Amino acid sequence: MNEWTTLKRIVTAGAKSFVRGGSVTVATVLIMTVTLGIIGLLIFLSAVLTSTLDSIKDKVDVNVYFLTTASDSSIQDLISKVKQLPQVEDVTFTSRDEALAAFRDRHATDQLTLQALDELGDNPLDASIAIKAKDPSQYEAIVNFLGSDSALSSGGNSIIDRINYYQNKTVIDRLSGAIRTTERAGLVIVLLFALASCVIAFATIRLAIYSSRDEIGVMRLVGASNAYIRGPFIVAGVMAGLLAAVITLLVLFPASWYAGNTLQSWLSGFNLFTYYITRFAKIFLILVGSGVVLGGLASWLAVRRYLKV
Amino acid sequence: MIYFDKVTKKYGENAPAVEEVTLSVNPQEFVSIVGHSGAGKTTLLKLLLAEETPTEGSVFYESLDVNTLPSSSLYQYRRKIGTVFQDFKLIPNKTAYENIAFAMEAAGRSDEDIASDVPHFLDIVGLTDKAHHFPRQLSGGEQQRVAIARAIINEPDIIVADEPTGNLDPINTYEVVEILKKVNELGKTVIITTHNKGVVDAIGKRVITMDKGRVVRDDATGKYVL
Repeated sequence: MNEWTTLKRIVTAGAKSFVRGGSVTVATVLIMTVTLGIIGLLIFLSAVLTSTLDSIKDKVDVNVYFLTTASDSSIQDLISKVKQLPQVEDVTFTSRDEALAAFRDRHATDQLTLQALDELGDNPLDASIAIKAKDPSQYEAIVNFLGSDSALSSGGNSIIDRINYYQNKTVIDRLSGAIRTTERAGLVIVLLFALASCVIAFATIRLAIYSSRDEIGVMRLVGASNAYIRGPFIVAGVMAGLLAAVITLLVLFPASWYAGNTLQSWLSGFNLFTYYITRFAKIFLILVGSGVVLGGLASWLAVRRYLKV
Repeated sequence: MIYFDKVTKKYGENAPAVEEVTLSVNPQEFVSIVGHSGAGKTTLLKLLLAEETPTEGSVFYESLDVNTLPSSSLYQYRRKIGTVFQDFKLIPNKTAYENIAFAMEAAGRSDEDIASDVPHFLDIVGLTDKAHHFPRQLSGGEQQRVAIARAIINEPDIIVADEPTGNLDPINTYEVVEILKKVNELGKTVIITTHNKGVVDAIGKRVITMDKGRVVRDDATGKYVL
C-alpha cells in the first residue's frame, strides 16, 4: 500500500473519530482551550511586567553636574566619551541657560525665589547631563568611569562638580535588585503555570484515549500495525489542539480589548489590545504551535500504553 | 498447521489456566473446543493469537513459534487469523461498513478492493440494509455477523471464534453456526470454543474437551460429552 493512501486513511479516520467523539471531544477541546488560554494570559502577563519594569527603569538616571567654569568644548568632549560607553543608552545635555529657564518655569509662582535669583545677576546653575544606562545595575560602572582619569578633560582637571548617583545609590541599587527579582520570579511563575496546564491537558487526552483502550486492543487483534492504530489518535489530538488554539485566539480579542481599556491608565499607557494586535503573528504561532504539539504528543504517548496487547 | 507443544499458562501462583496441552490442528479442519467455564478454552485461543505468552512450551503456526514475534510485527501474523469474540468487539464509533472496511484498510488493501468487497461480505452475512448503522444500533446477532464479516474479509487461513454464540438467541446462534460452516466449506480452518451442546452437535466435526486446563478428550467426530 502506498504511503499516500495510508496517510489519507489515517487523516480521515482521525477526523471522523474527532467529529464523532461527542462529549469526549468537547471536553478535550475545552481543557486544551483553558490550557492555551493560560499560556496566552502568561504572554500578556510577561508583556505587562516587562513594560512596567521598563517604565520604572526609564525613570532612573544619573545626573552629572559640571563646574560653572567648565568650557563647552570640554563638556562636549566628555559627552562623546560617555556616549561611547557600551552600557550607556542615552545622554541628554542641559545647558546652564536651559537649566535656568527650567528653574524659572518651576518657580513661576514663587516671586521670592525669582527675586533672589535676579539679585544674583549671574546664572548660578550648572550645566548637566542626564545619563540613562541600558540596565540600572550598570550605573556603578558608568560613575566609576566618570571618576577615572579617562574622563578628565585635556587640561588634567576634572570639570565635574558632582554626581547625584551617590545620593541615589541606595534607591537605585534596591530598585535594580527588585527589578531583577521580579523578572526572575515572573519567569519561574510563567514556566510553572505553563507546565501545570500542559500536565492537565496531557491527563485529559490520556483519559479520552483511555476510553478507547478496548478499541485499540481490537485493532491490534484485527491485524492493524501500531503506526496505523496510533495515527488517527494523533490526528484527532492535533485537531483538538488546533480548534482550541483558534477558540483561544478569538476569545483573546474581546478579553484583551476590555482589559486593555481598563488597565491602560494603570500601566502607564501600555495597552494590551494594541499589544495583541501588533504581536498577533507571534502569539498565533505560539498558541497554534503549543496546541498542535500538546495534542499530538499527548496522544502519541497515551496510545503507546494500550498498544501492548 | 497449528501445533501446541506441551503448553502451560499460569496466571500468578494460581493453578494453571492451561496445563501441558499438546495438540495439532490440520488445514481445513473445523474444531470445537468445549468445556466448563474456566476450563482454559479462551486462554488456549489467546495463546494462539499471541495475546498471551505461554509460561512453558511453545505454540507454532506452521514452522513459526508465534511467541518469538516482536510486538511491532505481530500484526502481520494476526492478519492470517480472523477472530470473532463473544462480546463482538466492534469499534463503537465506526459503522458496520467501516468496521469491516477497517480490517481491509489496516491490511493495506486498495480503495477499489474495499469498495467492491465490503458490500459483498455484508450481503453474505445479510446486513446490506444496515451497513451504515453503528454497533449500538444493531442487535447482538447483527453485531456478531458484522464481526464475522470482518474476520473473514481478508481471506485469512484460520477463523478463531471464542464463544461466538454466547450472547445470542437460538435463531441467531443457528445463523452464526451456518455461516461458520459455510466458511469452513470454503476451505478455511475454523476453531471455535463453546459450551453450547446444540452448537457442537449441529457442527458434527472434531471436538476437543477441556477440563481444569487439560485436554481430556479429542474425538474426530465428537458429540458434546461432559
